[in-house]
Amino acid sequence: MTVATMTDWTRARPQPNWLARLFDYKPFLVVACLTPAIGLLLVFLTYPLGLGIWLSFTDTKIGGSGKYIGLDNFEYLLEDPQFWGAVFYSVFYTAVATFGKFGLGLWLALLLNNHVPFKSLLRAIILLPWIVPTVLSALAFWWLYDPQFSIFSYVAVDVLGIRDKPFDFLSTTWPARWSLIAANIWRGIPFVAISLLAGLQTISPSLYEAALLDGSSSWQRFRYITFPLLMPILAIVMTFSIIFTFTDFQLVYAITRGGPLNSTHLMATLAFQRGISGGELGEGAAIAVAMIPFLVGATLFSYFALARRKWQQGEADD
Amino acid sequence: MTDTTIIPPSKSSAAVAPDQMAWDTRTRRLVTIYLPLALFVIVLLFPFYWMAITSFKPNAELYDYKKYNPFWIGSPTFDHINKLLFGTSYPRWLMVTMGVAIASTTLSLFSSVLAAYAIQRLRFKGSQYVGLGIYLAYLVPPSILFIPLATTIHQFGLFDSPLALILTYPTFLVPFSTWLLIGYFKSIPYELEECALIDGATRLQILRRITLPLAVPGLISAGIFSFTLSWNEFVYALAFIQSSERKTVSVAILTELVSGDVYQWGSLMAGSLLGSLPVAIFYSFFVDYYVSSLTGAVKE
Repeated sequence: MTVATMTDWTRARPQPNWLARLFDYKPFLVVACLTPAIGLLLVFLTYPLGLGIWLSFTDTKIGGSGKYIGLDNFEYLLEDPQFWGAVFYSVFYTAVATFGKFGLGLWLALLLNNHVPFKSLLRAIILLPWIVPTVLSALAFWWLYDPQFSIFSYVAVDVLGIRDKPFDFLSTTWPARWSLIAANIWRGIPFVAISLLAGLQTISPSLYEAALLDGSSSWQRFRYITFPLLMPILAIVMTFSIIFTFTDFQLVYAITRGGPLNSTHLMATLAFQRGISGGELGEGAAIAVAMIPFLVGATLFSYFALARRKWQQGEADD
Repeated sequence: MTDTTIIPPSKSSAAVAPDQMAWDTRTRRLVTIYLPLALFVIVLLFPFYWMAITSFKPNAELYDYKKYNPFWIGSPTFDHINKLLFGTSYPRWLMVTMGVAIASTTLSLFSSVLAAYAIQRLRFKGSQYVGLGIYLAYLVPPSILFIPLATTIHQFGLFDSPLALILTYPTFLVPFSTWLLIGYFKSIPYELEECALIDGATRLQILRRITLPLAVPGLISAGIFSFTLSWNEFVYALAFIQSSERKTVSVAILTELVSGDVYQWGSLMAGSLLGSLPVAIFYSFFVDYYVSSLTGAVKE
């Protein structure tokens, strides 16, 4: 389909006859232009999304077709402590990591908004954790968290002498959970900082000048100028961040694969373990479908934040 | 001492930035700005530094912190990289990743340009709903799609073929690029196109001769962003590809190089370093475009 339109397209130029006229006929041109993008999205996004919801009501296994079993998958999951563990950790992971990313990211953005030398170089360096494939930096973290050869343990035990045994990052429940969150925050700071920096740079300096003349403190200037004007962009970045943190897969899969004792499973990794590795496609799809309400919540949040922006700034420019 | 240095009032001249108006001293700037900034840079870069020095350390140094300073390399060695390049199919995985990333970027740029042009310039009835639909598609994360997509891929007979990745990556590349390009097209004056229309150009000629050349920065941004995203993709590559020689770098390192209980940290880190380098280099050439696409898309 796509290929066909493409060849027609190039052939049309030399002969300004019916074909050229066809491509200048607006309804046809609109359809032709939208076909590749919409086609791809329909076949590989909308259809699988619907198929996923259907699969969650069946007992499909890999290599066989399943039959409709109603809500059995969900009923089974409701009584599955591992599933609830994954739900809990997904929410906890998202909440703590988002909080950390935004706190530190906002701080970094404010720092970069000052006059500092080598600003563009700094900005380029800071984005690195975001550019590099997550799995590869996750491997570096795995190595940093090594039970025997972790450099953190070495520094704490042998250099500073504040501990007498190495840190145990990944082999017990809570340390493993916090270690993953730390890696996620590390990876998320650049995106937040650079996006918020762009927002900060749109704030007019004259507002600060006026506030200075009125004798405001630096906290007041942050609270009553920076923060409210940053709010719209903050809301959007946060929505994206929440959606992609909640559905995170790579970090956990690379560092712990859900262990120890399945305590660090996120819903996405649990879905993968059950659906692809375990072959229970239906059950995996049910776990994936269970993520949708959370995502819809985050999207609505974005929508209302956008509406708020229009209301705040009078007429929005877009 | 430094505290007593008075701020020369001449400094706060016409083009004042917010920070300079705060009458701060040099020490205070050091503590409140440079120190935290330096800490941030160290924390953000340390894993890469560690990755890099691990790849060049001989095994003896790698596992003995008492005898050798762990923060430096005593006698650098190319053993790990050598082993990786000639002892495993690492070059092959790099080629696969590169091919998939280039093909899917091209495919999504092609479809996004046409879609963005149709939505922003052809202005048909309901175009904003199509735009909204494409935007919503961006909010559907791969994590909830990979299971049904795996069955879809099976149905199409694409399982274990790079084509599966090339066709599925656009699901997250197209929405992003389309939105970015809609923004760019918006900034191009419509009058230019009207002039061309009066001169008798067809719509496609306008797109090719006028709109596209003016939207080159947008195309570059979308291209870089798509390339990095495809290079970094993991879930689909993990779920749809099975045979070792068709895996992408991230998946291959995790599934082929991590084996048994003894991890070869030297080669693992060398693999991560080499896998990160292409996209890091590529990115360093186009940093400004990348940042503008990142922030541009957020602002849309």
